[in-house]
Amino acid sequence: MSIPVTIIGGYLGAGKTTLINQVLRQADGLRIAVLVNEFGALSIDEDLIEAQEGDVISIAGGCVCCAFGDNLIGAIADMVAMVPAPQHIVIEASGVAIPQAIAATLSLVAGVQLAGIVVLADAETVEARARDTYMGDTILRQISGADVILLTKPDLVEDVAPVTAWLQNMSDAAAIVATAHGRCPNAVVLGVTHTAVSLPTQGLLDHSAQYRSFSFAQTGETDAAVFAQALADTHLGLLRAKGFVRQPDGALFEVQVVGVRWAVSLATAGHGLVCIGLRDRIAEGRIQDLAARHGFHPSRA
Amino acid sequence: MSDITIFHARKVITMNPRRPEATHVAVRDGRILGAGTLEELAGWGVHKLDTRFADKVLMPGFVEGHAHAMEGTLWRKVYCGFFDRTDPDGRRWSGLASIDAVLARLAEAEGTLDDPAAPLGGFQLDPIYMDGAVMDRARLDSVSATRPLGVLHASGHIMYVNSKALELAGLMRAGINHPGIPLGPDGMPTGVLKGPEVYMPVAPHVGFNRSATDADEDGLRAFAKLCVRTGTTTVTDLASRLEAEAVQMMLRVTGERRFPARVVPLKFFMGHTPQDLVDLTVKLRDQSTDKLRLGRIKVIADGSIQGFTARLRAPGYYNGAPNGLWYIAPEQLDQIYRLALAAGVPVHTHTNGDEATELVLETLGPALTDTPSRDHRFTLQHCQMADAAQFRRMQALGVCVNLFANHHFYWGDEHYRLTVGPERAERMNACRTALDTGVPMAIHSDAPVTPLAPLFTAWAAVNRITASGRVQGAHERISVAEALYAITLGAAYTLHMDGEVGSIEAGKRADFAVLGGDPTEVAPNALKDIPVWGTVLGGETFDASAL
Repeated sequence: MSIPVTIIGGYLGAGKTTLINQVLRQADGLRIAVLVNEFGALSIDEDLIEAQEGDVISIAGGCVCCAFGDNLIGAIADMVAMVPAPQHIVIEASGVAIPQAIAATLSLVAGVQLAGIVVLADAETVEARARDTYMGDTILRQISGADVILLTKPDLVEDVAPVTAWLQNMSDAAAIVATAHGRCPNAVVLGVTHTAVSLPTQGLLDHSAQYRSFSFAQTGETDAAVFAQALADTHLGLLRAKGFVRQPDGALFEVQVVGVRWAVSLATAGHGLVCIGLRDRIAEGRIQDLAARHGFHPSRA
Repeated sequence: MSDITIFHARKVITMNPRRPEATHVAVRDGRILGAGTLEELAGWGVHKLDTRFADKVLMPGFVEGHAHAMEGTLWRKVYCGFFDRTDPDGRRWSGLASIDAVLARLAEAEGTLDDPAAPLGGFQLDPIYMDGAVMDRARLDSVSATRPLGVLHASGHIMYVNSKALELAGLMRAGINHPGIPLGPDGMPTGVLKGPEVYMPVAPHVGFNRSATDADEDGLRAFAKLCVRTGTTTVTDLASRLEAEAVQMMLRVTGERRFPARVVPLKFFMGHTPQDLVDLTVKLRDQSTDKLRLGRIKVIADGSIQGFTARLRAPGYYNGAPNGLWYIAPEQLDQIYRLALAAGVPVHTHTNGDEATELVLETLGPALTDTPSRDHRFTLQHCQMADAAQFRRMQALGVCVNLFANHHFYWGDEHYRLTVGPERAERMNACRTALDTGVPMAIHSDAPVTPLAPLFTAWAAVNRITASGRVQGAHERISVAEALYAITLGAAYTLHMDGEVGSIEAGKRADFAVLGGDPTEVAPNALKDIPVWGTVLGGETFDASAL
């Protein structure tokens, strides 16, 4: 079983560290390994740290944080080999790294699977940064490769609409989510990570009225890849979807969707489908129609 | 009273303009008492006259300001380069002109391995010189289909591997979608892995260490042997992690009386916050000895020109490739510079493209205004594409430059026709402009990228001849005297060591290059062919033929 990997990118000061601390606070029993370039003075909130030994910080709840320096591949290999292995890996890319390049590299490493590229954009400064003589093209490359763009510090601008529109223009495929103080549910940042056969909808997103989620149960077989591709349609307003799809040939596949990126992989057990989106974007009717065509019907968790 | 040795030589080229030539040099306790006539030096007292160099020419030991000790470890692999090259044990490996010749040499090495599963590695392959010949998985499989096999490209940016290596790394499969992994007609990888991030997952399977930049003990010893063979007595290891254990090893090894080089490792910036980086480097500085000089930082701003990862200003790459990659953000660079200036820690910054050079100069200017440092000697390493205006800014800011003179020869033709085009290829590594502008200048090999050999590097700067034999950028050529200065005092200056090494004069370290010919008398295009007998380091003689 491959370990899902989320890449968190974005320029310096966009809020990557804040987000990662929030992700760790919401881990809820999930063993997350966070890989950062280096340990800064404030990289992990002190109250989360249980112990530090060299380049590894142990975090309450079985999570770890490692500094990878100039050897990301080696650090990932170490994580995959760890006992017990982490259930999710989060890579904090450096401020000048191109997350797509990291994603391409990940595809070559055994035992891991990309679960999405999340790029942070500072609502106040991202447009000016994108005009910077030296860094502009790097910023634009980061944005254009995102599956999800988290628009951070939205409270610092009067109106997020112009910068949201600008971002959408730079990256038409990405889902854009305004997020203050790193308060974005792990279901959006990491994807739906619960491997339990039943996917809870209540409790998953209860701290924010910004999101909605729908659960489905499968009553008829369908082609997993066809269904996954159909779910990865911007018109549905989905941020994330995860589920298990039984095919007419009897095979069971796990389906993951983030923005317009989708993946299917053979699974041994699991059922149900959960879809998450922004409350004001998610197209409930369309999603239900699509699900119904593929043999999935609304369920109560 | 300690022993005094007076060396007699055919000629002593001192690089001291007040007495540029001498016949004798007197040494006591590893230091030079003076260069002059026997009569002058005999005044120091009882001495032993050493005439073994009576037919040799002595120069100050050469200073290589940009090399990597990993050259020492690479020689455990099979040499697959196009040009002749000498290994640490003095064996001259002939250059290989065809893929078949490379395969034959690999097969020969393969035949000597007992363990059928043992990996086999090669290095320095560059098919660019082989008329577009192709190296791939199928060809390497013909050497061995059962053991993992990998050959590193001369640039260090590409690795060629066989099917077994791909299989062990889990890459022997269809459906790989990566710009660095070309696929064959069968949908499988061809075995060409482009970019360190692509070959790193495979490298351990073919016997290449994960931390390729650091030399181990054997590697460090091998590296030092290469120094003796090339007349080099002070050598940098330009990007070292310098973890505690490695520092202890380096202190122990370099501390041996018969270890034949002064090693200057620079602390690599990645993996630390700017504050931690500077604090660590200050602590390292305090551990320095006369043969291990710690306390400098290496920063990398951009990538390489031939890899199209250098950051170029307009008009960009000649072949239209998109601009390259940054390895540091301006804010981080600014913090490192400010903290390092305040702590008196020199920073050497790798910039290949002219946009990276521009960023460094724009960042360092304000940092110097706020934290004035009259003798910082911050150095731009490579700085291959700088234009005249940038050299003027370097001069104004007191920045030194270490230009990659060897690049003209090895990749000059590629720069001309592919990467930056004719005009900028002719101004690359602008030694003449640097000197005319008053920028303190060194020249380097970046070994193992090109061979460690300061006399070759001097030859490259003097002649600017490319591999195809063209003179490229005649205007930027420098004189032999200027080139000899660059590989001695010039490089020593960039390391704040010019008061200690780099010339043969009273009080300095007794570090000499012992040559079989006179660089000031041979034809300029024969500089690289002057034989090197060995070195003297702190008065100890090191005969290359007896290493």
